[in-house]
Amino acid sequence: MAQPIIELRSVTKRFVGVTAVANLSMALHAGEVFCLLGENGAGKSTLIKILTGVETPSSGEVLVDGKAVHFKSPRDAREYGIATVYQEVGTLPLMSVARNFVLGAEPSKGSWPFRRFDKAKASELALQTLRDLGISRVRDADQLVGTMSGGERQALAIGRAVHFGARLLVLDEPTAALGVRESATVLRLIEKVRARGVAVLFITHNAYHAYASGDRFMVLRRGEMLASFGKGDKTVGEVIELMAGGAELQSLLTAGETRIV
Amino acid sequence: MTNASEPLQPGPEAQPRGPGLVGGLLRRPEAGGALSALICFAFFAIMAGNNGFLSPLGVADWLATASELGIVAAPIGLLMIAGEFDLSIGSVVGGTSMIVAICTGFYDLSPWIGVLIASIFGSLIGLANGLIVTRTKLPSFIVTLATMMMITGGMLGISILLTGSTSLSATPSGLAEIVFASNYQQFHVSIVHWILVTALASFVMQNTTFGNWVYATGGNAQTARLAGVPVERVKVILFVCASLGGVLAGIIETLTFKNGNITLGSQYVFTGIAASVIGGVLLTGGYGSPIGIIFGALTYGIVSLGVFFLGWNADLTELFIGLLLLLAVLANHRLRQWAMGRA
Repeated sequence: MAQPIIELRSVTKRFVGVTAVANLSMALHAGEVFCLLGENGAGKSTLIKILTGVETPSSGEVLVDGKAVHFKSPRDAREYGIATVYQEVGTLPLMSVARNFVLGAEPSKGSWPFRRFDKAKASELALQTLRDLGISRVRDADQLVGTMSGGERQALAIGRAVHFGARLLVLDEPTAALGVRESATVLRLIEKVRARGVAVLFITHNAYHAYASGDRFMVLRRGEMLASFGKGDKTVGEVIELMAGGAELQSLLTAGETRIV
Repeated sequence: MTNASEPLQPGPEAQPRGPGLVGGLLRRPEAGGALSALICFAFFAIMAGNNGFLSPLGVADWLATASELGIVAAPIGLLMIAGEFDLSIGSVVGGTSMIVAICTGFYDLSPWIGVLIASIFGSLIGLANGLIVTRTKLPSFIVTLATMMMITGGMLGISILLTGSTSLSATPSGLAEIVFASNYQQFHVSIVHWILVTALASFVMQNTTFGNWVYATGGNAQTARLAGVPVERVKVILFVCASLGGVLAGIIETLTFKNGNITLGSQYVFTGIAASVIGGVLLTGGYGSPIGIIFGALTYGIVSLGVFFLGWNADLTELFIGLLLLLAVLANHRLRQWAMGRA
């Protein structure tokens, strides 16, 4: 198998009194969607923080392109091409599409001291990227992001990450706050991003959404890996059972529902 | 997900949307401020037009009031857009006034020495405010309230120690007088400073990367930080700018009135914030524009001088401004809810 873009080797993260992630290993490959599943408190958030440079692991290694790295900050991780799209705080509602899109990597024109923000370029980049991701409804880069739909906002955040050179896109619960149609938009976005050869880490607790787009799956519970499997190895019902760790949820599903893959 | 490679079929809702009324207004943070300035102007032009409100001297008067406030309010507004307050601004104006008066009136030094010392003083206060707020994560409201009291008390102490007095005359001279305290016809030079400060602020907010960072910092500091914006640095720089705005206003007023007084500018604690909010700056940060703040300051100038020209009690100014502030906060809040509500 090809060299993974990013790899975790026996990573453990302890906070005072609690082990958030225990001895976890995973490899994320280009053009693959890796689904990380687990209930609240399973250690997903900590894992993302380690991958994106917010936290450093207590022990274990993080490798990028086979070389051990130590991320000092989210900015540092971003230099390595790791971009995160957060569920709640991905975009700024009171700023325009163009301003949101280029935030932190603003294009400029002219030379110092007349160096200035290139608004036309920002608008063009934002709209072009949204179009490429299949969002055709947004045609005005001055539109405030707060007036866009949830799916469009996710597209903006994802498009921005990919445009600015993300090799690994970390999507933290991108469908959690969205309705059915909007979720479908996001799942379609994930496919488009994968098709561009970007590695995607898709964090969700919706097993159906994971199944719709994932290539590899890992289920976490209380910081530990509970299961790891490839596409088609398990049914949705089995995954839900693994996640919840109980038969109760499974019993709520009809036989037909558990077979949906 | 089998049709992922196909382009999305535009549905019936896929028509390009125009900005619409509210969407259009949202893009113009200055709309509310412009409206309030216009209504106040129309009101006092009709009511007090014959009492001198529209005479060149009258216009020069309310422009001078607006300009001094505008110089302070522009950087205060930027700081508010970034999500922080600075209550110490009034005491910086007063402190600057004391410094300039001690230098020129007591020690008979060049006004430029006073300008230099006041600028250093202002920068240090801004730096201290910024560092304390960003390092401790305490609300800037309480931090700058504390520094306000410390500056006022400290400056009074220094003044008594050096001069034995707390109210001193200031003597403008030479180029400094032209730059900070001169008039053209009846129009005070502070109007030029106001325009320059606002033009700079507007350029920064509209046309620089830093401006984008300011909006992002106030919109959501965490989002900004995750995008790589140095949120703390942005805030510290804006605290310094806010203090320097106070220094400039302090220099202008002290050299114009030829008097140094610690209470000079104490009203800016409230009017600076009021002008920003009437000008469309969100109290919660993330939204607003320097052009809007012009209209906020203009509204204040028009109302305070309009009330004077009408021969009403000056206290009515506060009543008017308070009412406008309340209306502005309500309107801003509505706009914000509208923009955020579609989350």
